[in-house]
Amino acid sequence: MPADPKLLLAVRHGLAAGALALLLAAPLQAAGPASVPDGLPAATDAGVAPALAADPKLEADMMELSHKLRCLVCQNQSIAESNAPLAVDLRNQVREQLAAGKDKDDVIDYLVERYGDFVLYEPPFKAATLLLWLGPLALLLGGAGWLGWRLRRRSVEVATEQALSATDRERARTLLAGGGDAAPDTASPEFRK
Amino acid sequence: MKAKFLVPLLLFFGLAGFLAFGLTLNPREVPSPLIDKPAPNFRLARLDQPDKTFALEEMRGQVWLLNVWASWCVACRQEHPLLVRMAEQKLVPVVGLNYKEVRGDGAISVRGMALEAETAMAVERGQRWLKDHGDPYLLSVMDIDGRIGIDFGVYGVPETFLIDREGRIRYKHIGPITPESLQTQILPKVEELRRAG
Repeated sequence: MPADPKLLLAVRHGLAAGALALLLAAPLQAAGPASVPDGLPAATDAGVAPALAADPKLEADMMELSHKLRCLVCQNQSIAESNAPLAVDLRNQVREQLAAGKDKDDVIDYLVERYGDFVLYEPPFKAATLLLWLGPLALLLGGAGWLGWRLRRRSVEVATEQALSATDRERARTLLAGGGDAAPDTASPEFRK
Repeated sequence: MKAKFLVPLLLFFGLAGFLAFGLTLNPREVPSPLIDKPAPNFRLARLDQPDKTFALEEMRGQVWLLNVWASWCVACRQEHPLLVRMAEQKLVPVVGLNYKEVRGDGAISVRGMALEAETAMAVERGQRWLKDHGDPYLLSVMDIDGRIGIDFGVYGVPETFLIDREGRIRYKHIGPITPESLQTQILPKVEELRRAG
C-alpha cells in the first residue's frame, strides 16, 4: 500500500463525519422555504380560477401569501398550488381580508389562530422549534469540532508511534548485529499488542 | 475504549427511536389551536326550519358535541349509525353543522347559482338525507359557504368538537367517530366536563 494506512484511516473517519454532518443538515434545507417558488409564472398555480379581484396588485399579494400557506388537505401543496375546495376557500378568505384592508400579518394570524402553525410552510422560530432551526447547525459545528479534535489527536499519536518505532529500529539493528536482546522493553508497542 | 464502540450504536438507537415514534403519528391529524379556547360564535339558518336561526350561545350551560357533516360526505355515512345510536341512548346532545351541502359536492357546480337557490337546494338535500339515514341531531344548521367551518379550523368532513358549558372547545375529533373513540375519548371527557360543573 503506497499511502500510510493510519493517514488513510484518519481521512476515512473524516469523510464519514463530514457525510454524517451533511446528512443531518439536509432536513434544514428541506424544511426551509426553498419549496416556495416565488418567481413562478401564475400559469402553474392552481389559481387558474378567474382572478376575482379587479385590482392586480391585490391579486398578486393574495398569491404571494397563498404560496406561504399550506393546504391542510393536500399537505405538500400550498393553498396557491392546490385545487382542493378548502384551498379555494382559503384563497378567497385571503383575498377578501386583503381587500378589506387587513395587512398580510393579520391575515396570517387569522389562519394560524384557526389552523395552527401547521398552516405555515415556514415554521415560526420559537421555543418549541428551536431544535428544528438550530439543531442542524449545532450538529454541523459539533461534527466539525469533533473532526478537528480527532485529526489533531491522530497526528500526535502518529508522531509518538514513529518515535517509538525508531527505538525499535535501534533494537533490531542490535539484534541483527548479533548482540543479545538483553533488556526487552515491555513498554514497547510490540508487547502491548 | 469499549465505550467508544457503543457511541454509534447508541446514536443509531436514538435515531431509530425518534423514527419509530414518528411512525405512530398520523400526519392527517393536525392538532387544533382552538382547544380550550372559546368556540367561534355563529348564527346560522336551521336546516329543519330555514326561516329560523340558531346561535352557538344558545347551548350555553350544556356539554355538547358539534358534528360537521354533509350528505356528500362518505365518511359521514360511516359514522352516522353511531350518532343515531348515541341519540337513542341520549348520551350527549349533538348539534349538526351541515358543511357546504351544495358547493362541497364535487358533482354540482354552483357557478352562476344564486345563494337563495343554493340554500333551497341545501335544505332539500340535507333534510332528505336525514330522513333516509335518521336524524340524531338536536338540530342542524347550514354553513352554506363554509365560512363557519374555517372559523372552526375544519379541513375535512366529518369533524366533531366537544364544547363545554362555558362554550369552550375542549376536544376535537378528526374523521368519523368510531365506537372505540367514543368510549375511550369522547364519553369520558363528556363525563369529566359534566362533573366539573
